[in-house]
Amino acid sequence: MAYKLPISRRQLLKSTAAGGTMLAATGLAPLRALAAGPLTVGFIYVGSKDDYGYNQSHAEAAATFKKMPGIKVVEEENVPETNAVVETMESMINIDGASLVFPTSFGYFNPFMLATAKKYPKVEFRHCGGLWTKADPANTGSYFGYIGMGQYLNGIVAGHMTKSKKLGFIAAKPIPQVLLNINSFLLGARSVDPAITVKTIFTGDWNLPVKEAEAANALADQGIDVLTMHVDSPKVIIQTAAGRGLYVCGYHVDQAALAPANYLTGANWNWAKPYHDFITEKLGHKPLGQFVRGGIPEGFVKMSPLGSMVTAPARKQFDATLADIMKGNFAIIKGPMKDNTGKIVVPAGKIYPESAIELEKMNYLLEGVIGSTS
Amino acid sequence: MSAPSAIGLWGVPLAMIGGAVRVSTPYIFVALGETITERSGRINLGQEGTLVFGAMIGYGVAIMTGSAWLGVAAACVCGGGFGLFHGWICSYPKVNDIAIGIAMMQLGVGLAIFFGKPFIQPAAPHLPAIPLGWWSAVPQIRVALDVNALFILGLALALFLNWAFRNTRYGLMLRVVGDSADAARAIGLNPDRLRLYATAIGGAMAGIGGAYLSLYYPGSWNEGISSGQGLMAVALVIFARWNPLGCFFAALLFGGAGALGAALQSVGVTQGYYLFYAAPYVLTLIIMIATSSRSHSLIGAPGELSITK
Repeated sequence: MAYKLPISRRQLLKSTAAGGTMLAATGLAPLRALAAGPLTVGFIYVGSKDDYGYNQSHAEAAATFKKMPGIKVVEEENVPETNAVVETMESMINIDGASLVFPTSFGYFNPFMLATAKKYPKVEFRHCGGLWTKADPANTGSYFGYIGMGQYLNGIVAGHMTKSKKLGFIAAKPIPQVLLNINSFLLGARSVDPAITVKTIFTGDWNLPVKEAEAANALADQGIDVLTMHVDSPKVIIQTAAGRGLYVCGYHVDQAALAPANYLTGANWNWAKPYHDFITEKLGHKPLGQFVRGGIPEGFVKMSPLGSMVTAPARKQFDATLADIMKGNFAIIKGPMKDNTGKIVVPAGKIYPESAIELEKMNYLLEGVIGSTS
Repeated sequence: MSAPSAIGLWGVPLAMIGGAVRVSTPYIFVALGETITERSGRINLGQEGTLVFGAMIGYGVAIMTGSAWLGVAAACVCGGGFGLFHGWICSYPKVNDIAIGIAMMQLGVGLAIFFGKPFIQPAAPHLPAIPLGWWSAVPQIRVALDVNALFILGLALALFLNWAFRNTRYGLMLRVVGDSADAARAIGLNPDRLRLYATAIGGAMAGIGGAYLSLYYPGSWNEGISSGQGLMAVALVIFARWNPLGCFFAALLFGGAGALGAALQSVGVTQGYYLFYAAPYVLTLIIMIATSSRSHSLIGAPGELSITK
């Protein structure tokens, strides 16, 4: 966008200061000082914003802006990944006056958000998880967190805690982010013991409590003793697994309270970080990031505290790996690697750090995962 | 944690039996309730909304009172209220029960979402299980045979209704009203009043089915808890030809078929899971087509039912 006018920003600051407020405060609280007219920001969720999972992780981040003067947050939940999201975006723009919109679900990106962005070139659209390219409209972009590293850390703890050497993963749909999480969980566990396998069950959609519970029971029947997941609302899986005496690694938000004796750790989002950056940029009339990614070092992803049952060797490896991840550009996908059909998917010598764009196109499950992408 | 030894391929039949017992109960209650309603000559598509609302109110009351059974009672009362409302509106002339049912479905789901927000995160006390697998040393079998009292109540109700429709005064009254309102009026029955009661009982049972969902299996309240089970159960009544025992077995079949996809993936049959998940629906279509007829209406269909008239 063409908002490269730092002078106008200063003039704005000056005029605010001249209006009687303290100039010193502007440096300390940029969000407050820069708010000329209220900035309306729209957040769109595919499920309930209190799902104790993915949508809640976004809604909690959105809620942190509600109290900030000069920012108006508008939200809509339970918006399906259909034309419904176009209507939601249009009503946010036309009725609420939103000039920055965050559609947060994977399926919103193409074609819905891209088409709407073409229609409203003055509004900024930032999508969570989409694979944005320069060919997409100039007022769009995407952001995501390298939570695969969190699943890698989950895998390390799971690898230490399993007795049967069989882990389980309950997943919604075989999309790249999910596959990366499954593979990362496996690699983390295999860094402890290369004999470990990960059995995967796909339920087919983001929120199917009965199927998720059935999947947890079926995995428990097969002798799996540590379970993790990638569904929108992990509560049912955690409770069912705990009821069967399994350990669980969480996802999206910290859910240790549901099963304190079974919850080992978890990979959790911290969306407040990218949202804060986008909103600050928008308020400052700076160009907004278009391909924004970050992991644990950037504060996009964090881990739930380790449960008290986690053993000392597990803690040691967890802490050491976390320290390595904090250095940035951590790589777990290193060639040669085969998928679970025997095909070489990562050639020898090839190393993909967490930021590698190839990982966002992942379409395979590594050797050691029992499961299928179709 | 103790790691039970894997049971391999036995996991598939076991998961289907276990799944049938665990998953079928909401189907049983909604379908039996709907059978009562439809036998009186009304169809209540609002059962899905009643199921979801029952799940929410059951969970909420269980959290607030600490008693899961009070939750079931509350869900039953509220479900009855929904049924009464449907029956009352439909007692006016020229009101379409299907349209009202769809409106009631939306109302029930909407109210459940509106009032259910504070209950998503807390954990409610669960209904206790009856360990019918005590005789087995295999933990998987013991878990599969952990049966909830509501399941047994569902079986008892199916047997009772099967008998009562034929052998009791109220059962016969219900069927007369359902088969011919004119004949019912001729013998001095009030069809609207009987249908009101039948719809209320149907709603109350759907409410109990909802409480089972949130308080036993999967045992949590969230907005996607039913995944359309209330609607499936209404279809199941037609599938079972308005026969209570048929409803019970059809519910078991749907529950077991629903467990198939997960069970097959857990033993390593990983291809084509979307197809396995469609199994219950494919089964429904096949049976519907196989038993359809050009020359006569559905066997067992109440004559007054708007869908078969």
